[in-house]
Amino acid sequence: MMVKPKHQRLVLALLGVAAVVGAGLLALSALQDQAAFFYAPADVKGQELPLGRAVRLGGMVAGGSIQRAADGVTVHFTVTDGKATVPVSFRGVTPDLFKEGSGVVAEGKFNPDGSFTADNLLAKHDERYMPPQMAGKMYKTDSLKQ
Amino acid sequence: MPALHAFANPARFLKIARPLTPVLFWAGVVLAAFGAFAGLTLTPPDYLQKESVRILYIHVPAAWLGMAGWSGIALSSLVYLVWRHPLAAIAARACAPAGAVFAAICLITGSIWGRPTWGTWWEWDGRLTSMLLLFFVYLAYIALARADADRGGDGRVPALFGVAGSVLLPVIRYSVVWWNTLHQGQSIGLTGSKIDGSMLWPLGFTGIGFTLFFAGVVLMRMRALLAQQKVEARMKRMAAR
Repeated sequence: MMVKPKHQRLVLALLGVAAVVGAGLLALSALQDQAAFFYAPADVKGQELPLGRAVRLGGMVAGGSIQRAADGVTVHFTVTDGKATVPVSFRGVTPDLFKEGSGVVAEGKFNPDGSFTADNLLAKHDERYMPPQMAGKMYKTDSLKQ
Repeated sequence: MPALHAFANPARFLKIARPLTPVLFWAGVVLAAFGAFAGLTLTPPDYLQKESVRILYIHVPAAWLGMAGWSGIALSSLVYLVWRHPLAAIAARACAPAGAVFAAICLITGSIWGRPTWGTWWEWDGRLTSMLLLFFVYLAYIALARADADRGGDGRVPALFGVAGSVLLPVIRYSVVWWNTLHQGQSIGLTGSKIDGSMLWPLGFTGIGFTLFFAGVVLMRMRALLAQQKVEARMKRMAAR
């Protein structure tokens, strides 16, 4: 049977695409953990803490956990992902979107006792957008899934 | 594919593209301008981000077209590699500048948006990094396609690059699912939108508007490339005489 060159090229091209996509997916699945932007509290629970190097810790600011210290610039709060919690302390100006029940990414270091000292805070918001008058109805039933 | 073959004839393509270009271009400009106006004045602010949320009416279409542009390059390149239609190679080359510009707009508006909401201009998270990579891949493709054309190549090398580069598209799309990222998850999917309807509708205007504008620019670029080829062919004939 004769195969037309056109069809041969089509098969070759499709094989090439499949190979490139396969290679990409393999590389990415190997990257999985290294490419994460931050640790979630559950990622470090019961495991060796990544001590002595700058890392990021991400999750939700637990409700009722924000305490501002008497000096006015230090703030203590708890980061949770629903499975584990980490107490965090931070000295500096917090972002506008930093509030209880909202997402946060803290940059800093773990302490040997399992707490976290942040030197920078980033606010993380979720994918929902709505006008303020609707927010009262929906936002209260927040979940930790982001 | 007899239907596609008919359009692969440059003369027939030009006959359709010539009147279609201004229609697409101006319809896109009008729709996008109305969408931007509506997004600035007629929609409520976000409960959390307040007014800064309005940048999404530009940011989201720019991200879509940055990725759609590369989809166009990849598909046209595949068609060129398999069926060897010269028009497909021209279509791929024509998508690149517009796609690169929209990818840049996506990165710039995202950076401006990130400052007030996240508290940072730039972070190396999965979504931001993969989109920046796509922008660089665009620049590399443009340079490669130009070098290939200048040296009288047949366009096979840039076409291979165009197909291989499409591996970035699923990475960008799923970066927020695979990895912890600072960028939030996707708001608009096949099953619905997590953006409230009262804030969503101008996005339809800017999205469709910018897409028509993009199509108009690609047609312009294709016509310019065809004209350039014609000139070069004529010069060669004259020189040979």
